[in-house]
Amino acid sequence: MAHDTLLEIKDLMTHFHLQEGIVRAVDGVSFEIRRGRTLGIIGESGCGKSVTAHSILRLVPSPPGNIVNGQILLRRGDRGTDQEPVDLARLDPRGAEIRSIRGAEISMVFQEPMTSFGPMHTIGNQIMESILLHQGDVAASDARELAIENLRRVGIPRAEQIVDAYPHQLSGGMRQRAMIAMALSCSPRLLIADEPTTALDVTIQAQILELLTALQEEFGMAVMFITHNLGVIAEVADEVAVMYLGRIVEQSDVNELFDNPQHPYTQGLLNSIPHIDEEKLPRLRAIEGVVPDPYEIPRGCAFSDRCPSFMPGTCDRAMPGLDETGPGHRVRCFLFSEVEDELTEVADGR
Amino acid sequence: MLTQYIGRRLLLLVPLLLLISIISFALIQLPPGDILNMEVLRLRSAGTQVSEEQVEALRQLYGLDKSLPEQYWLWISNILLKGNFGTSFTYVKSVSEILAARVPLTALVSVLTAIFVWITAVPIGVYSATHQYSPVDYFWTFVSFIGVATPGFLLALIFLWIAFVQFGISAIGLFSQEFEAAPWSLAKFVNMLQHIWIPIVIIGMANTAGMMRTMRGMMLDELNKQYVITARSKGLTETRLLVKYPVRTSMNPVFSTIGWMLPGIISGEVLVSMVLNIPTTGPVLLQALLNQDMFLAGSIVFILSVLTVIGTLVSDILLVWLDPRIRYEGVA
Repeated sequence: MAHDTLLEIKDLMTHFHLQEGIVRAVDGVSFEIRRGRTLGIIGESGCGKSVTAHSILRLVPSPPGNIVNGQILLRRGDRGTDQEPVDLARLDPRGAEIRSIRGAEISMVFQEPMTSFGPMHTIGNQIMESILLHQGDVAASDARELAIENLRRVGIPRAEQIVDAYPHQLSGGMRQRAMIAMALSCSPRLLIADEPTTALDVTIQAQILELLTALQEEFGMAVMFITHNLGVIAEVADEVAVMYLGRIVEQSDVNELFDNPQHPYTQGLLNSIPHIDEEKLPRLRAIEGVVPDPYEIPRGCAFSDRCPSFMPGTCDRAMPGLDETGPGHRVRCFLFSEVEDELTEVADGR
Repeated sequence: MLTQYIGRRLLLLVPLLLLISIISFALIQLPPGDILNMEVLRLRSAGTQVSEEQVEALRQLYGLDKSLPEQYWLWISNILLKGNFGTSFTYVKSVSEILAARVPLTALVSVLTAIFVWITAVPIGVYSATHQYSPVDYFWTFVSFIGVATPGFLLALIFLWIAFVQFGISAIGLFSQEFEAAPWSLAKFVNMLQHIWIPIVIIGMANTAGMMRTMRGMMLDELNKQYVITARSKGLTETRLLVKYPVRTSMNPVFSTIGWMLPGIISGEVLVSMVLNIPTTGPVLLQALLNQDMFLAGSIVFILSVLTVIGTLVSDILLVWLDPRIRYEGVA
């Protein structure tokens, strides 16, 4: 099954070296993305989910951001061809190899459809740019047809006219569709969708989600779906990773996560969803406290200062490991592991 | 459509120019006294007897006894219908004759200065922005503050002094002595090119410094925008994506300043041209204003204003052509 893995991230750490100190935006994240499957990454603002995504394509601005540790292993080529995986973390972020992966094998859709197209060029020009860049055998004259075809595929009406439209002439939803068309124009194996529906209104959100799922079925690409919206995750993801302050705190199959959330943070997130069928509508249940300042992360477990199950003398002594609690279900919490194990590991000079 | 837009702008030009001509005329009438006072004063101090009748005769000759609207009409109708800008009292020549030699040179110096400003400021601004807080960025920041803060004429004086003391060159004038009065020829043109870069660099300095900062600021804004990251995520090379997206967007102020760069250059140019003895309109305008040589001063103000208006029109058309967001009509 090893070759079924498309992308494997091992102990990734992306830190920002700022004047105020070091921000450990991503601090030891590991996960894998399998071909044709969807991994949902969920977490509050600032938990490092976008930085993780940007790290994969080496888009983190440096300085101040640096990948200080870890591997990002991408299996290039088709399933079964047992090529050595490429470690994206080792590539020159401006080099030719990462550029041949960007937009071709891994492409990205961003949160802000209003600003993610260059304002001075037509939609078609920008889609054709991707096509001509990565598909050397396409003649310039055919690229336009391909661009129209791509726009049509994402459900844009009058595609042969929209291809000549400028971004400011389209609505947010249309722009996000065009963005998806551009991302898929070179049939990538992995699509990273960084909060693609956050800036859209709810009806458009649903349309875009449907579109993404349909396109995924049609083209069989893997998707890494980043969001802070649990409802969205439930709809699109096969597997979910919950992030808090640069670390994955819980990871499992999507059904398991919603049925059997184990980490107090995940439970808090699920609890804070208001249910329409509740007998009497209670006040909204929020997680106590706020996300700590990135320079003053609590000792021990990063969630300890907000955790309802906080255990003094345990949670403030060490960071729990991400341990398996069931098949494919891993949790980073001392409710499920022994603090002494972590302490000895620290003492061993890990 | 673009042609419609240009047509509409050209039509709007007519009332605008009319207004400018009235203001130019009013401006030169503002100071107390008129050219005859100065002339009579000059003649009397030279020992010539000037009787009141003679003054009155002169006044009638130049139409100075008429009402202001009549004077204005005389002035503007002569310009429009006969191309006659009147006569300069101090130079005792027709204004057209004086300006024929100087306006083209002024335009040339202005255009070349603008080009100099662009080809230096744009790349430096882009480099400074993409290498923010690098030693090179700090160097150009320093240079640009010096450039903005130093008056052009002072720079000209320093330059002249260095050229003379260190290299024994006289950097004055636009031509070498042998070409000064010579008719235009290829040799004279080449000679001019050898001299003209000095005023261009000096006049352009302040503008370059300012434009450099504008370009740097615009680029820094654009560089963090999502569309730059999008372009990068598509696999474009850094240079290609910079030139195609953020630089292109940041060029707007470069084009929108074409219009008012001209008056800026001219007002900055007056003193520099005085110091460097460049035969442009600047020194003549100053002289004409001091002497209340109204036809000359009025004509210069009028012509320069017209050039500015045309420059603005050109920059607006360029902007509409370059930036799709500025175009009026919607498509989708």
